[in-house]
Formats: sequence, structure tokens, C-alpha cells
Amino acid sequence: MTKNPIKKIAIIISPLVAGWFSLFIGAYHVEPFTVLKALGTMLFPFLSTADMQEMAIILDIRLPRIILAGLVGIALSGSGVALQGIFRNPLIDPFILGISAGAALGCALSVGFFPELPIQIMAFIFSLLAVFLAYIIARTQGEISRLPLVLTGIIISALFTAMVSIIKFLVDPHRLQSIVFWLMGSFSLSDWKLVKIALAGILLGCLPIFLMRWRLNAMSMAEDEAKALGVNVNRDRIIYIAVSSIAVSVAVSVSGIIGWVGLMVPHLIRMMTGPDHKSLVPLSMTGGAAFMIFSDTIARNLTSFDIPVGIITAIIGAPFFVYLMKRGGKESWGR
Amino acid sequence: MLELKEVYFGHRHSKSEILKGIEFSLREGEMTTILGPNGSGKTTLFKCICGLWEPQKGSILFNNKDILKLTFEQRARICAVVPQEHEPPFPYSVLDAVLMGRVSRVSLFSSPSKSDYLKAEEAIDIVGINHLKDRPYTKISGGERQLVLIARALAQEAPLLVLDEPTSHLDFRNQVLILNKVKEIARQKGLTVLMTLHDPNLAILFSERIIMLKEGVIFANGLPQDVITADNLKNVYKINVSIINWNGTKIVYPEVSQVFGSEVAISH
Repeated sequence: MTKNPIKKIAIIISPLVAGWFSLFIGAYHVEPFTVLKALGTMLFPFLSTADMQEMAIILDIRLPRIILAGLVGIALSGSGVALQGIFRNPLIDPFILGISAGAALGCALSVGFFPELPIQIMAFIFSLLAVFLAYIIARTQGEISRLPLVLTGIIISALFTAMVSIIKFLVDPHRLQSIVFWLMGSFSLSDWKLVKIALAGILLGCLPIFLMRWRLNAMSMAEDEAKALGVNVNRDRIIYIAVSSIAVSVAVSVSGIIGWVGLMVPHLIRMMTGPDHKSLVPLSMTGGAAFMIFSDTIARNLTSFDIPVGIITAIIGAPFFVYLMKRGGKESWGR
Repeated sequence: MLELKEVYFGHRHSKSEILKGIEFSLREGEMTTILGPNGSGKTTLFKCICGLWEPQKGSILFNNKDILKLTFEQRARICAVVPQEHEPPFPYSVLDAVLMGRVSRVSLFSSPSKSDYLKAEEAIDIVGINHLKDRPYTKISGGERQLVLIARALAQEAPLLVLDEPTSHLDFRNQVLILNKVKEIARQKGLTVLMTLHDPNLAILFSERIIMLKEGVIFANGLPQDVITADNLKNVYKINVSIINWNGTKIVYPEVSQVFGSEVAISH
């Protein structure tokens, strides 16, 4: 907090600001005062005086959706920043180890062939399966090196994506549509139950990343150097990969595949406040939450129907990213 | 303090051994230089001493403890390494880079404490780079970056300082400057220093003992004036040299016209 304190405080409170505005933006117009009243009622139910319909819109539709978007934002950019650190590469995203392809296959199998199995559970199982396979294949003589891991992640992604394509090719158009929609990512199915699941899973994954954040500085040095500094590189790498995979798998299973956030947000925060992981990790988490809430607010308000939020994150993200990169020149690539 | 006993090392899938029975010990507070041509096993020897590679035979003891039986944290508290090549992926500030030296003293789930910051700042102060503290260390000169890495090693508070060719990327002035700094700090803090150098003249100037390595075997080990002889250099480096005595110091002068052959040794 010694450098750029104002920027850092702004990034930390940004999800609250984004969430607050998002609460009264929507197809049904709600006054800010009503929002306050509804929130008050939630905390102190005995004081209830608010209109039941408005209450339901705010507390049962918008609030869980905003919280879920925030949690998914935390998971994606929190694990993005951890993986970029351990792979020493600012262009790594949380899906690099095959998580998104695994989730897609789980979803396609569920929609196409096993409708009795919930999409979320299939997506969760298959995304962890993908990472696990990548990990097992990349493991040679008990050691896990960076490059083989990234390569096997790409191989697993390619294989699983091919299987998804086969399923898409075989199923009837109606089912194909639900696969495609799910793959683009959306928060339209949010409710408090999903929020609870996401909270548990994302806490399990992101709390260790948060606690172990400063270590990422040393982990981002060359492998032998990190070992000489006293880091048990193999053990710590397994921990980071395992916990970020859990966080991302949970995020993907509740919201589908939302790209860009995990790659872009850590990068943006690094450009704004510097590469020290001690502040970069928490700021990326809150920045990711704010960005996701903001994108989802646009996704549900831009047209009369819900646009998949993954489209919005890319449309907002890409130009902003280009702007920052051009402004920062070569520096912004992390040099 | 550090003792190597009959250390043999070869890579897993290769028949030839790189280190063949290395045996020496370091005395506390002494500055020792390892000299040897490219491919003589200097870097391999360092990797073994740092516990990164495991010798097939022999043992490396620190105060009579086998370094391979220690954890990474324990080893880092004994032996601080200043690496040779260093390509940072992110533009950390100099202070954050030096602070990484504290990682062996900060537990897995915590961040550095106030005292860790103080130790890092103290190390920066000792090395004399206070003015660089907040600069991104990707944007300072090679000599300055070497000083940052030395400060990081000091922040480890290890009694043994290992430097792998600390002068290899530096200009003439910076080579002398850095080695002088290391010598000064080692004296002041009572550190034991082990380093590799390419230039025998620098080795004479800055070491109390020189070990000459040839094809994985120790060729000579002793005081600089005993080890640096025309015969030894000719034998190890395959080059004719003259040794000039000047004001009680030896100066190694290569005889350019008589360099043996023209083949260049391949580096490892």
C-alpha cells in the first residue's frame, strides 16, 4: 500500500461500487432508496415495509446474480494471476491447463447424452479431469516443469475440444443450441443456491492463493533460482495449480466459460499498480469482481434479452487492453 | 564449514561423468575462486553445492550436515546464491527483488513482516544502492542488477555466499567494482565466499584461495601465488602465458601469437 494508495483503494472498493449501481439498473426500474430499503430488510427482516415485488427483484434476482458475477470474477482473475506468476508468463490464462475444454466436454456430454446428470456437476468433474490428465502426462521423473505442463494443457484442450465438436455434430439442433449458449457463459440462471456453492468452492480455491501470494514473487524467478532462494518449487507449484483449478472449475460450472477476465484483469492491474504479488493478487481479485459485475450489468441491459457475458467481456476488454498496451509501449508486456 | 568428499556427478542418461571425485573444503571467512575453462564442471559443481543436483557418489557437508538432507528453506539459510543469468519476467522494484531473499524465513501462508523489510533495506544499504530502491530492476544497468542480486543474497543472511561468474556480463570497471564490493562485504560480515571467475588476474586480485578445475578433476588447490603459474594455466587452458611480477603481485599475460590451435571449447 506504500505506492499508489489512491489507485489501490479505488480498485479494492470497485466491486462494491459496481455492485451498488448494478442493483438498480435493469428492465424493472428501481429507485436507489428502494434498494437501500430492500438491503435493510434483508439484514433486519422485522422492519419490513418495502413492496414485495421490488424486494423480490432486488433480493432474489439482482443481488444473487451480482454476487455470483463478483465471485466468478474473483476466481478467474485470482487464479489467472497465480498461474501467470508460476508460469512466469503474463500471457497465460486460467484455462491454459485445459479447464475450459474439460468443462465444455462435461457440458456437451450432459446436454447431449446424459440429461439426467446436471451440467454443473459434469462440467466441474470434467474440468478437473482435464487438469489432472495434463498434470499426469507432464510429470516426468517426479518433476513438473513449466513448458511440458503448458504443452500438455494445449494437447488436452485440443483433444477435449475435438470430442465436444463430435457431440455438437451428432446432437439435434435444439440441444446444440443449449451447448453453444452454455459455452458462451452467462449468469442468467443465478440464484442463492448457486451463490452458496460458488462461495464455498471459490473460497476453498482462492483463500490459499491469497495467503500464499507473496511467494509468487520468488516463484516467478527461474526454477533453480527460486529453489536456491529456499522455495520448494515442486510442492508449491502443485498447491497453486490445485487450488486455482478448484476455483476455476467451480466458476466455470456455475457460469459457463467466460474468457478474457483471467488473462486481462491481472495484466491491467499489473500495469496500473506494479508487479508485486503481495498487492497484485488481492487487487486482481477485486478488480476481476468489479469487471465481471460491470460486464454482466451490460450483458443483461444492452438488449431486451440476456447476451452471454463472455461476449461482453471480450468486447469491452479487447479495446481497453489495446489502449493500455499502446500507451505503455513495450513496458506493458511486463518488461 | 563447507566440505566436499569424493563428489562424482554425471547426468542421468549420459555415461560420462562431469565431476570426478571433487574434494575440497572451505575455511570460514575465506574467499575462494574456482577457475577452469568452459566445460570443466564449474557450473555443475555449483548446482551440486546448492543442492539442485544430487551427486551419484560422495557427500557435500555443511558444518558436518549433509546438505542433501536439508529442506530448501534450511539450505537457503546456509547458502545464498548470486546467479549468473538472470532474466526477470516482471518488472519488480529493487526493494521487492531484494525482499525475495527473505522467502526462506517467511512461512508458506504469510507475507514478509516489518523486520523482513528492514533486513532487505539493510542489505540494500550495505551494497550501496539506496538510490535504486524504488526503480524497476529491469530498467537498471547490468552492474546495478548484479548489486541487487548481491543484496538479495545478503538478505538471506546465510554464512556462505556463492557467486556464479559474477563478472561475466559486466564491463571492465564494473567487474572490479563488484568484486571489490563482495570482498568488502565478506570481510565486514565474516562471510565465506565461493565464486567462479574466468579471468585469472581478477582471481589473483580478489581471492585468498584458488581451486583450478580441469575436466571435472581438481588440478590445483592453494594460495593464488602457488596455483597461478604459467605451467598450470598452460595445462588447464591450453594457452601459453607469461607471468609478470609487478610490485609483489602476479600479472597473467597471454601470448597471443602462440594460442594452441584455434578450436574453441564448447560451453556447457
